[in-house]
Amino acid sequence: MSRLTASNVLLAREIIGYYPRPKSALIPLLHLAQHQDGYVAEDAMEHIAELLHLTPAEVLGTCSFYEMFKLEPVGRYVINICTNISCLLNGGEELLHHAEERLGIRSGGTTDDGLFTIEDVECIAACTEAPCLQVNYRYEYRLDNDDFDRLLADLRAGSRTDIPAHGTLGRIRQHIGPDRIAGIERPELAGTPAWFTARQPAADGGAGGGS
Amino acid sequence: MTATDDAGTEAVTGVPFTLNGTVFEAREGELLIEACERHGVHIPRFCYHNRMRPVGMCRMCLVEVDTGRGATLQPSCMLPVTPEMAVETESEATKQAQDGVLEFLLINHPLDCPVCDKGGECPLQDNAYAFGPGESRFIEEKRHYEKPIPISDLVELDRERCILCDRCTRFASEVAGDPLIHFIDRGSQTEVNTFPDHPFASYFSGNTVQICPVGALTSSPYRFKARPWDLEAVESTATVDATGARVVVQSSQNKLVRILGLDSEAVNWGWLSDKDRFTYEATNSEDRIVEPQIREGDELRPSRWTDAVKAAARAMRTEPERVAIIGGSRLSLESQYAWAKLAKGVIGTDHVDAQLGDGVPAALALGLPRATIADVCRPGGVIVLMSADPKEELPSLYLRIRHAIVEDGASLIEITPRESSLSDLAAIRLRTAPGTVGRVLAAIADNDVEHAIGSVDPFQLRRARTMLTGNRSVSVVFGRANLAESARYTADAVGGIRRLVPNATYLPALRRGNVNGALEMGLTPSFLPGGVRNRDVLPDHWTSTPVFEGKDTDGILRAAAAGDIDTLVLLGADPIEDFPDAALVREAFDRVETIVAVDGFVTASSSRADILLPAALFGESDGTFCNIEGRLSPLTAKVTAPGLARPDWMIAAELSAAIGPDLGIDSLDQLRAEMGESVGSLAEVDWAGLASADDGPLLRPVRNWDLEFGEAASAPPTSSYGLGLVVDRKLWDLGTLVQRSPSLAGLAPSAELHLSPSDVQVMNLLDHDYVTVDQGDISFDLPFVVDQSVAPHTAWLPARLPGFDVRKLLAAGRPITEIQIRVPEGD
Amino acid sequence: MATNAYVSHATGYVDNEGPKVVTSRFLHPDSYTLERSEATGGYSALRAVLQMEPADAAAQVKEAILLGRGGAGFPAGIKWGFMPAVWPRYLVVNGDESEPGTYKDRLLMERDPHQLIEGCIITCYALGLNTCFLYVRGEMALAQERLAQALNDAYAAGYVGKDIMGTDVGIDIVLHWGAGAYIVGEETALIESLEGNRGMPRLKPPFFPAAKGLYMKPTIVNNVETLANLPWIFTNGVDAYRQLGSERSPGTRMLAISGHVNRPGVYEVEQGVVTFRDLFYGDNYCQGIAAGNELKMFIPGGGSAPWFFPEQLDLKLEAAEVGAAGSMLGSGALVVMDHTTDAVKACLRVVRFFARESCGKCTPCREGTTWEEQILQRIMDGNGRPSDIDLLLDIGSQISPGDYPAAAFEAEGLTAVPFPPKQTTICPLGPSSVAPIVSAIRRFRHEFEAKMPVAPAVSDQHEQRTDGETSMSEAEAEEVHA
Repeated sequence: MSRLTASNVLLAREIIGYYPRPKSALIPLLHLAQHQDGYVAEDAMEHIAELLHLTPAEVLGTCSFYEMFKLEPVGRYVINICTNISCLLNGGEELLHHAEERLGIRSGGTTDDGLFTIEDVECIAACTEAPCLQVNYRYEYRLDNDDFDRLLADLRAGSRTDIPAHGTLGRIRQHIGPDRIAGIERPELAGTPAWFTARQPAADGGAGGGS
Repeated sequence: MTATDDAGTEAVTGVPFTLNGTVFEAREGELLIEACERHGVHIPRFCYHNRMRPVGMCRMCLVEVDTGRGATLQPSCMLPVTPEMAVETESEATKQAQDGVLEFLLINHPLDCPVCDKGGECPLQDNAYAFGPGESRFIEEKRHYEKPIPISDLVELDRERCILCDRCTRFASEVAGDPLIHFIDRGSQTEVNTFPDHPFASYFSGNTVQICPVGALTSSPYRFKARPWDLEAVESTATVDATGARVVVQSSQNKLVRILGLDSEAVNWGWLSDKDRFTYEATNSEDRIVEPQIREGDELRPSRWTDAVKAAARAMRTEPERVAIIGGSRLSLESQYAWAKLAKGVIGTDHVDAQLGDGVPAALALGLPRATIADVCRPGGVIVLMSADPKEELPSLYLRIRHAIVEDGASLIEITPRESSLSDLAAIRLRTAPGTVGRVLAAIADNDVEHAIGSVDPFQLRRARTMLTGNRSVSVVFGRANLAESARYTADAVGGIRRLVPNATYLPALRRGNVNGALEMGLTPSFLPGGVRNRDVLPDHWTSTPVFEGKDTDGILRAAAAGDIDTLVLLGADPIEDFPDAALVREAFDRVETIVAVDGFVTASSSRADILLPAALFGESDGTFCNIEGRLSPLTAKVTAPGLARPDWMIAAELSAAIGPDLGIDSLDQLRAEMGESVGSLAEVDWAGLASADDGPLLRPVRNWDLEFGEAASAPPTSSYGLGLVVDRKLWDLGTLVQRSPSLAGLAPSAELHLSPSDVQVMNLLDHDYVTVDQGDISFDLPFVVDQSVAPHTAWLPARLPGFDVRKLLAAGRPITEIQIRVPEGD
Repeated sequence: MATNAYVSHATGYVDNEGPKVVTSRFLHPDSYTLERSEATGGYSALRAVLQMEPADAAAQVKEAILLGRGGAGFPAGIKWGFMPAVWPRYLVVNGDESEPGTYKDRLLMERDPHQLIEGCIITCYALGLNTCFLYVRGEMALAQERLAQALNDAYAAGYVGKDIMGTDVGIDIVLHWGAGAYIVGEETALIESLEGNRGMPRLKPPFFPAAKGLYMKPTIVNNVETLANLPWIFTNGVDAYRQLGSERSPGTRMLAISGHVNRPGVYEVEQGVVTFRDLFYGDNYCQGIAAGNELKMFIPGGGSAPWFFPEQLDLKLEAAEVGAAGSMLGSGALVVMDHTTDAVKACLRVVRFFARESCGKCTPCREGTTWEEQILQRIMDGNGRPSDIDLLLDIGSQISPGDYPAAAFEAEGLTAVPFPPKQTTICPLGPSSVAPIVSAIRRFRHEFEAKMPVAPAVSDQHEQRTDGETSMSEAEAEEVHA
């Protein structure tokens, strides 16, 4: 719904600074927009286009390729139930059907109260703990129907404080202080690191090559 | 043919490879698909296009290739030929792969060929006949999308037909630099689309329709207008701007219905601006003049040709100094010669000018060593841009320059009063305040780089000097970047570069179609056809030349306003709308005795004529175009001119017969033969071969004079509270052709004053939508926008847009134009 | 140390008997902290490497035969040698682990981020480059948090950034989150994604990352687990490393074994030594098929791998051996399926994965995988036609021409077709979708046939043709009536 807030613009500029070319910051900035609004709003995409000197179509082109980016509002909790092969063998589909029945929505849908969205997802790398799911990308392992019902109850009760609202991914961000950064330059300006040149054996100067 | 058969350079660098068992030679680095094509083997393809980077995604061009490690299927569009490569384009594996791809492409294709514009000229349809199984094994439900959606005012998209070849999207991003359409979503859900409410408003959008290998993209002007098998086609040249893009002109039932780009290596590489592509609509306009007319009181009445010619001739048979001709850039080279001979050899007047006060001094255009577009775009070269934004005014040139910078390592030095569409790609950007460009170049040339000139700082001056004096070839694109500034500063700037880089070559960014032809043929004061000075020369077939030095359009209009001109001939010119000083035009028109207009349209000016002679337009008569490089290319008639309209040269011939002496021309061939004999620069032209030449020949200038430059002048700086006005043109404006093309007329944006962010801040305008503009006694309110592309202390106002006539602020002869801005009273 | 048991704070990991190269800290609940890392030798390998000439460090990695752990198994040292002497150059760490059945990089990132960071810096140093991107799969929030914290700590402690460990060496590592796209695990797609684009693979050649990678500059893309080996190699020496595993495949690798086994888990296993039977039935590993059932089939190397069957149980987990037998070890993901498994359903589920994850660039993959899924779904729904089985194989051969890799099936006289498959596509995703189809039909054609309706109702068939654009051929009509 909205453009990036002033503080998020500051964060966006910091992120852009970590990349040799601004467009590389596109996915991180889309995550930032989703962190802000819970989904990636059109205005946010236009704002990101401005920040990165892209067209909104380019931003949408990238954004729509990646399934984690939601172009419409979703529930506060997005429950991703794995039905890929290892989970399928251990009841993943049954868990999905149970979830759909409990919440009265189909995969891809959101409950009327805006609390839950269910998705039937591909392998989320917890195959030995099947069936598994993620709530806003936090894992729950080896669930049976009762486990699932308990999870819903906990989420409804707000007792799962370890799970942030949808859109927030890593709650810890990388920050590189200006005093610690080695220096990330545009590829056109970057050359061979001085320390590398200095460590090249004199006789073998050719291997250093480059600029 | 084998490697040893090949003589010449190709054999030296040739790469031998085996194609279906026979050894051929490829060029160094040549892609397999191209090498096979050159040797007579066409490999089917959808995504590959020779003017764009290959992506290898449709997989239709898969062929079996063995590079020594066994045969594998490789996309021939991405594979440069290497020595000893063996290719099988007919093998079972190749055929199976291609059949398979075609089946995949068709499973979700609607097969609505009978109602599809592309039907009959569709690569998918053609390949489906040649490859793939006869019937579909696909019984699932096809993908469905909403049927054609408009993605711009000119282009509609049918996503069901789309085969996702990435041609349109690559064109938009790579070639045009307008990535406004994009792949959206993923996998089998992938579609091409725009961002919501950001249409594909590219000046080049029509190219995507032309290169679409299916009927997914259609142009709204052509949609459902004709079927390919009903079309007749000829090759010609676009006359919309002075780059002369090569085109294919198509008609149906004696009506122009479509223009396609023709791949000319020298000029436009197959691409067209939408203005080149769609202004053919104007030739079918209701506004066409279809019969001669003579004024009776307040009304123009139809007349017979002989009466109209007689009346015009009578008006021209006055003292030569009292006859003047404005215009001529619309005409073919042949007609230009005929009119120049009529004016200068028959009537004896030198008051002739094809430029309407918005060009460069003719001597500058004619006298500088000329660069071709290829010279400007030479890989690794340095391009100096000192003109209006080429994207707005010379779009074909813009595409070539953009390619040179992005793909071929050329560097751009931009020396302009405001940002252009190439600024983001420029290596050096010098933002010259109005009136200072000459001094900036003088400072660079003289190494006087210690002091800033306006906002151009010493660091930038030094960098520019360093790049210009390096060992890279330098070419200069120059023109009138600012109509609110005298042309002399452009000349001064050129003089500076000429001193610093004696080997530089120059491409004039001239305004209006065949204007370079007009200058070359002497439709400009002081020069005769061939760019020779009037004095001391009498061309073959001529009996006399003017005995006085004529005036340019500005001078002609002043003379007319002063009562010194009796007869004013408008040769396809509309000065009332088009000359920068509108007030002067009105005075001149009121004062002259007779106005003769030779035109195809009823315009503000031609409707003021006393005698109106209907001319044949683009696509209606044969002739030759001479682009800004001096390159000749054919103009070809495809349809008959409406009513009694005639080619311009014929009108000149009839007038001369009536005035005397007769031009002695009664056919185009005869006219060309005479031109070959009397115009030195045309002596070697093979007129008959012009139509079939891939890239037309260049004029060979023979000049009898030297170009001279004076001391660089500088305009008085704008006052501390004033803004220097920058005026130029947009592609879509109130111009004659655009406004008479129904699909384009609405595209002109309304006039707004563009102000720099810093000026808006300083003047506290942020909360306002309008400003009051003061200039001398004039004062009015204008909407404004904050525009990063505008330099501080300047204001940009494009000319000829709806809502405001910028010419209210302009006066001919003023060095620069300064305006003042304030918050409107009561706001 | 080994307890031969689950490690609860590292869910999924099984601490069994055997050498531990990359999982040595997993037993510590605080294994992800800088304190624990430093207390257990973290960054000491880096300290030693910084004293070496970069070229010597690279030479040691080559000598160690450090095989890539991402799937292709290409030796990292040789890959590094492909870089031309051109700068800038980049290191991109592939942490976009998404191959069905695979998870080991996630644990390495969550449980021991400093080990990975140390491996990254060693690599950057050896290759003479100063910018590294750590691309972590979007769905792995905990890994992102652990790595972010670890990087912040490592920067502060002087292990990353400028003047590393008091030297003049300066190297930045930038943590980059993905956003959900399996194909981005392919290295050229990963680079596209890192450039801010749609993750669509580039054609190799010409776009071999080592020469034309990120921003068209030389780029090494290495898997997380590959680089996590480096600290151990430089601490214990190349010889010690070569003594682990087999001669052709030294060292260990992490294997995720899931599905119908008694003790599924992620195990660190010496390469090229154990057999599939050891893994599925051995006490040190999965301890047998669950519920006492029979093994029906297994996937030896992630969803992209052709299936194996009980006959292949005694193969060693060695790349060349498995390849010759018709499949691959891939990303170290083994999925075990017992006799209750519906082969058609399993096939559909894996095919559906590829259809959903196709990037859409190459026609055969974009159209073919979806078509395969549609047909399989129709068969599962009871609306199959007998001709669909061969149609599936035909579609497969249009994505991957020629004989598709498959295990031997002696009962039917079918010999093994060695890996890898041919492809009409840029990357192997499309051809991978053919693996379950060929595997399942070759072995269990009768299961497909059993799902065909006995007498298909003509009206059902017509309902399939929703828009009437495809008319039924006479041959099809006969088939329907048959």
